[in-house]
Amino acid sequence: MARNRPVSAVDAAFRTEWTRLVATLTRELRDLQLAEDAAQEAFVEASRRWRTDGPPRSPGAWLLTTARRKAIDVVRRDRRFADRLPVLAEADDAAPSGQRLVDDQLALVFGCCHPALAVDLQVALTLRSVAGLTTEQIAHAFLVPVPTMAKRLVRAKHKLRAAAIPFVVPEPEHLQSRLAAVCGVVYAIFTEGHTSSSGRSLLRGNLCDEAIFLAETLAELLPAEGEARGLAALCLLTDARRLTREDDEGRPVLLPDQDRDRWDREQIDRGLRHLLAAHTTGSAGTYELQATIAALHATAPTYAATDWRAIVTIYDTMLRSGGGPVVALNRAAAIAEWRGPRAGLAALDELDADALHDYPYLHSARAELLTRSGDDAAALPAYDRAIEHAGNEAQRSWLADRRAEAAARIRSG
Amino acid sequence: MKYMLALYSDPANEPADGSPEQAKDMERWFAYTNDLVEAGAMLGGEGLQGPETATTVRVREGSTITSDGPFAETKEVLGGFYVIEAPDLDAAIGWAAKIPNVNHGTVEVWPVMEFDGE
Repeated sequence: MARNRPVSAVDAAFRTEWTRLVATLTRELRDLQLAEDAAQEAFVEASRRWRTDGPPRSPGAWLLTTARRKAIDVVRRDRRFADRLPVLAEADDAAPSGQRLVDDQLALVFGCCHPALAVDLQVALTLRSVAGLTTEQIAHAFLVPVPTMAKRLVRAKHKLRAAAIPFVVPEPEHLQSRLAAVCGVVYAIFTEGHTSSSGRSLLRGNLCDEAIFLAETLAELLPAEGEARGLAALCLLTDARRLTREDDEGRPVLLPDQDRDRWDREQIDRGLRHLLAAHTTGSAGTYELQATIAALHATAPTYAATDWRAIVTIYDTMLRSGGGPVVALNRAAAIAEWRGPRAGLAALDELDADALHDYPYLHSARAELLTRSGDDAAALPAYDRAIEHAGNEAQRSWLADRRAEAAARIRSG
Repeated sequence: MKYMLALYSDPANEPADGSPEQAKDMERWFAYTNDLVEAGAMLGGEGLQGPETATTVRVREGSTITSDGPFAETKEVLGGFYVIEAPDLDAAIGWAAKIPNVNHGTVEVWPVMEFDGE
């Protein structure tokens, strides 16, 4: 999962096979916990055996056969699950392929993101069962104590069992709304990784990697769905700038000051491919629109040479389709780049300030535009309000520096 | 799987007693119940009288405390329930979404405890 680390055969198999393995086992065992336990044990066995015997020719089939054997042991001991035995006993050694494998994985994702589960449970389950993170890793990523996350997962799995939440691909009439919920969970994971609003660090790479993995998996499983493609594009194009978004001391570096040579070109290309595929489905959803903006940034040679006019147009589209005050704020910032800080300030004045009263970016955007238009004195109270509502230490310290610069300019008159 | 569908609604949104709307409404309830029976999903169910007829009972330190009205005073009150058999939660949600007054009321879907030997 971490980048630039030599991976063993087991690690490599984990990334490609975990989801498939848990998905197929969940169908056969009709129980997520049994499936996960069996998959886990198969990987433990793999790390023991592959080291001495070398990896098998087909790691997926080896893991599935091993996991089924482990599951048979469990099912034999626990008579609650006795009715699962025939399916396991009759299973041949081949791993499912084609549509069966696609449906298994979709069923797993839709089950973990079932709307009968609270969203925080959906997020935890998806990271545990679909992405294969350990409870400790998830707890660490969300900055909660391990027992808290463990309890959350237990609660989720208890409800799965007790309420008989099915692991199935939703009926066509429910597919769009259920997919939107899944995309929402993946995007929540990405956002949590991208910006921590409560922790000390601005970037937590691991969750971004997991969200990208989930989004690309979803796009691969549902190639005709623009929403999944758009989400994959958005995550990739945004995350491509990850390394340049903070300085060595962990403080934010804004878009104009980012070193574009260090943006991840491979990830940008992958994102653009998903975006193009999303465009061809013809259903411009919200992720696709956001991804288009991210693409305009990612492909602009410099900040000044960015196509701000096109970006403003996309924000207009988002506002027309129900975009909220945050969209309007971003639009105002783009207008400032397109037609100057005064035009940006005018656009800020038009938006619903009450809805954004506690939103630090409204105040920091106003402060920045006032500074750029030469009105440092008016910028100071705006910086004060941004600092008051800042979500984390890094933001606060960055804003305090900007305020100090403006104050110094006033003094030197 | 057995589920209880607990039906809540604001009595103010229900058709008045004896009104033509109520007669039509009753037809919808009978048709719904009939659908459950025909699908083999109906295990039981009742409609309840109004919250002004309900009584709450607690026993504390050996004495029985009785009070007028339902346990929680909310606009939406328990108006009835079904116990259904459904293969999974999606199927139960499907039945819940067809309840005649779900468009203004709320339906809770509760899995029912099942014991060995039942």
